[in-house]
Amino acid sequence: MWRYLGPAAAFLVLGALFAFALVRIQNGTLDVREIKSPLIGKAAPLFTLPLVTDPKQSFDTRTMAGKAYIVNVWGTWCPACREEHDSLLQLARTTGVPFIGIDWKDDGAMAQQYLAQLGNPYQQVVADADGRIAIDWGVYGAPETFLVSSAGIVLAKHAGALTEAVWAEKFAPLLGTGARQ
Amino acid sequence: MIPELGTLALVIALLLASAQAFFGLVGAHRNKLSWMQAVTPAVAGVWVFVSFAFGILTYSFIVHDYSVGYVATNSNNELPLMYRVAAVWGAHEGSLLLWIEILATWALLVAAFSKSLPIAFRARVLGILGMVGVGFGSFTLLTSSPFTRLLPAAAEGADLNPILQDPALAIHPPMLYMGYVGTSVAFAFAVAAMLSGRIDPAWSRWTRPWTVAAWMCLTVGIALGSWWAYYELGWGGWWFWDPVENASFMPWLASTALIHSLAVTEKRGLFKNWTLLLAIFAFSLSLLGTFLVRSGVLVSVHAFASDPSRGMFILGLLLFFIVGSLTLYAIRAPSLKSDGGFELISRESFLLLNNALLVAAACLILVGTLWPLVMDAFNLGKISVGPPYFNMVFLVPTLPLLALVGIGMHAGWRRSALGGKRRTLALIAGGALLVSMVVTLVFYGGFGLPLTVVGFTGALFVMGSALIDPISRWRNKQGISRAALGMAVAHFGVGVFVIGISGVASYKIEKDVSMGPGDSAEIAGYRFNFIGTENVRGPNYDALEARVKITRAGTPVADLTTQKRKFKIQAMPMAHAGIAVAWNRDLFVALGDELGAGKWSMRLQYKPLVRYIWIGAVIVALGGLIATLDRRYRVPRTADALLPADAATDKVS
Repeated sequence: MWRYLGPAAAFLVLGALFAFALVRIQNGTLDVREIKSPLIGKAAPLFTLPLVTDPKQSFDTRTMAGKAYIVNVWGTWCPACREEHDSLLQLARTTGVPFIGIDWKDDGAMAQQYLAQLGNPYQQVVADADGRIAIDWGVYGAPETFLVSSAGIVLAKHAGALTEAVWAEKFAPLLGTGARQ
Repeated sequence: MIPELGTLALVIALLLASAQAFFGLVGAHRNKLSWMQAVTPAVAGVWVFVSFAFGILTYSFIVHDYSVGYVATNSNNELPLMYRVAAVWGAHEGSLLLWIEILATWALLVAAFSKSLPIAFRARVLGILGMVGVGFGSFTLLTSSPFTRLLPAAAEGADLNPILQDPALAIHPPMLYMGYVGTSVAFAFAVAAMLSGRIDPAWSRWTRPWTVAAWMCLTVGIALGSWWAYYELGWGGWWFWDPVENASFMPWLASTALIHSLAVTEKRGLFKNWTLLLAIFAFSLSLLGTFLVRSGVLVSVHAFASDPSRGMFILGLLLFFIVGSLTLYAIRAPSLKSDGGFELISRESFLLLNNALLVAAACLILVGTLWPLVMDAFNLGKISVGPPYFNMVFLVPTLPLLALVGIGMHAGWRRSALGGKRRTLALIAGGALLVSMVVTLVFYGGFGLPLTVVGFTGALFVMGSALIDPISRWRNKQGISRAALGMAVAHFGVGVFVIGISGVASYKIEKDVSMGPGDSAEIAGYRFNFIGTENVRGPNYDALEARVKITRAGTPVADLTTQKRKFKIQAMPMAHAGIAVAWNRDLFVALGDELGAGKWSMRLQYKPLVRYIWIGAVIVALGGLIATLDRRYRVPRTADALLPADAATDKVS
C-alpha cells in the first residue's frame, strides 16, 4: 500500500503550499498582484534630458544628489495621469519633496499646454520623447512613481495613480527613515 | 421575501444532498435495500430545490431586484434581458450556484440513465456525487450566498462587467461547467468501484459514456472561450496560457487520457490502476481550477474577486476529496491485477504512450501555472511564466502524439496487426508530406517556421488515417459501430485543429498602424481602406464605429465595422473587432486608441486558416457525441456484466 501513496503525498505537499500562500495573503505579507521593481534597493538610473518647458535647456539627475526626490512618469495621452494630477499638485505642495516629471513618449507642445492649464507639480519636468530613459527605469505603463533616497537609492515604486492614501502608506514611512539620511 | 425563498431552497437542497450521500454510501455498505432505494428520490429532490434557487436568482435579475447584493453589483436597468439572465453566472456567487445546479443535473442524469446498473454500485456513485454536492452547497451557503440582501436596496445596479456582455460568453460558462463538473461523475464511478473493490470491463463500459459526455462539453466550453477571446478581447489571439485557461485545459488533458485508458480497461482489462488514477486526477484538476480561480492566489484576467477565507474553504474541500480518494486508491491498488499482457507493438502500448504524453503535458502545464506562486510564496522573487514555456512543454509531448494517433488507430489489440494497412499508412504519410510542402510553398511562399511542415504533415496524416476505416467499410457496404465512427471523427477533428494552429502560427501577419479617414494600409495583398467613423449607441454603451473597406487588387473583398465601446456605468472601453471570414483566412480589424489629429491606432491582421482551430474542436466534440450514442452503452449486456461484490442486492434489482 505504501508505494501507492505517492500521488496522495504529492497532493498534500501542493495543499501545504496553497495553505501557506493563503495564510500569507490573509495576513498581508504576500500580494500576488503587486509587481516589485527590480530597481528597489539599487541606485536610481541617472539621466540627462531636455526640459519640457524649454527644450534648449536640460536637467541632470546628478543635481539632485543629497536630496530625496520623486520621479513621476506621465504623459498627456494617459487618462490615469490626468486622474492623479490633482493629488500630485497637492503632494508636491504639502510634502516638500521635489517631484521630477518624466514626460514619456509625448508631444512637447501638448505637454506644455497641459501643465499650463492644470498646474505644474514638478520642480523639473523632462521630455523622454523616444522612451529610452523609461526603459532604464523599467517602466511598463503610465503613471508610475518612484521614491529615490538622498543617497540615490530607489526606495519604492508605485504603479497606477498616486493618491494621498498611497503616499501615506507606501512613501511616507520610508521618508521618515531612509530617505532623509 | 423571494430571495429568502432562494436561501431556504438551498438549505433544503443541502439537507437532501446529505441524505443522498448518507443513504447512498452507508446503505450500500450495510446492504440495506430500502436505504439505497431512497437515494433516487433524494437526487431528484436536490435537483428540484437547487433549480428553484437558481430560478429565483434569475428572477431577481429579470425584475431588477437591487435589494439583492449580487444583483445590484452585476446588473443594471439598461442591461438587455439576455445578459441579465447570463449575469446570474457573471461573478463568483452566482457561478457557484451554476456549479451546484450542473452537479445536481449530472446526478439526476446518472440516476435516470443508470437503471441497469447494480443498485449498490449506483447508490455509491450517487452517494459520492451527494458528498460533492454537500461540500459545494455548504461552501455556497456559508461563504458565498448569492441571496445576501443589500439594505437599503440600491437605486441602480453597477452593471455586469462589460467583458462578459457577449453572446459567446453567455453560453461559455454553462458549457465549461458541464465539462468541469462532469468530471465528478467519472470520479464518483471510480470511487464507487474502489469502495466495492471491483474494477472490471463492465465498470469501464458504465463509466465511458459519462466520461466522454463530460469531456465533450469541456471541449466545446474551452473552444467557446477561445473563440470569445479571439474576437472580443480585440487582439486576435486565440490562446494565452492564462492561469485560468490552463485550469480548464489540464482537466481536459486528463479526461482525454482517461477516455483512452478506459477503452483499454474495457476491451482488455488492463491499466486498471492507471484508469482509476486518471479519473481522480481529472476531477482533482477541475477542483484545483476552481480553487485557483476563486482563491486569489494567482493573477489572471479571469479571476474572480479574491477572498483568502473562501480560498481556505475550497482548499479544505480539495484536500478532502483528493487526498481521501488517493488514499483509498493506495489501499485498493495493490489488489488490482491486470487480466492479461500485451506486446510492445500493440494498440495497448500506443494508448499507454498516448496517456503518458497527455499526462506529461498536463503536469508540465501545472508546474508552469503554479511556479509563480511558489516563487512568490517563498519570497524568491516575482516571475511570470509565459507562452514560450507553455508552447514548448505543450508541443514537445503532443507532436509525437499526432504520429501515434495516426498509427495507433489501426494497431490491433494485444499485438500489432497493421498488416495491409501498413502500406496505406505509408502512402498517406508520404502524401501528407508532399501536400504540406506544396501547399506551404505555393500558397504561402515558404516553409514558415521550423515546425510548419511537420504540423501540416502530422495533421493531414491523422486526418487521412482516420478516414481509412470509415471509407473501406462504406466501400464494402459494411456497417460501422458508432464508437468506431466517433473515434474516427474525433481524430479527424484533431487533424483539422492542428491545421488551424499550424496555419495561423506560421503565416499570420499583424500590423499596428496609425490611420485616419481616407488612409489605407496593406497586408498580405489586402488593402484596408479607412472610410470614416461614426458614433453609435448601444443599450448600455456608446460606441465609436469605424468603417473599413477591404479590397484585393482593386476588387472589393469585405466591408467591415469595428467598434470601441464605452460602457456607461463601468466607464470601461471595450474593443469590438470587425472580422471578414473566408474558408482560408480571417481578416481582422480592431480599432484602438485615438492618437489625435484625426488618427486612430488600428490593428490589422491576416489570420490564415485560423477558423479551423474551432471547427476542429467542434468536430472533436462531435466525435465524442457519436461515440456516446453507441448501442452497447444503452443495451445492457448480461453475458459479461460481472456481478459486483454485493451480489445479494444485485439480484433484487
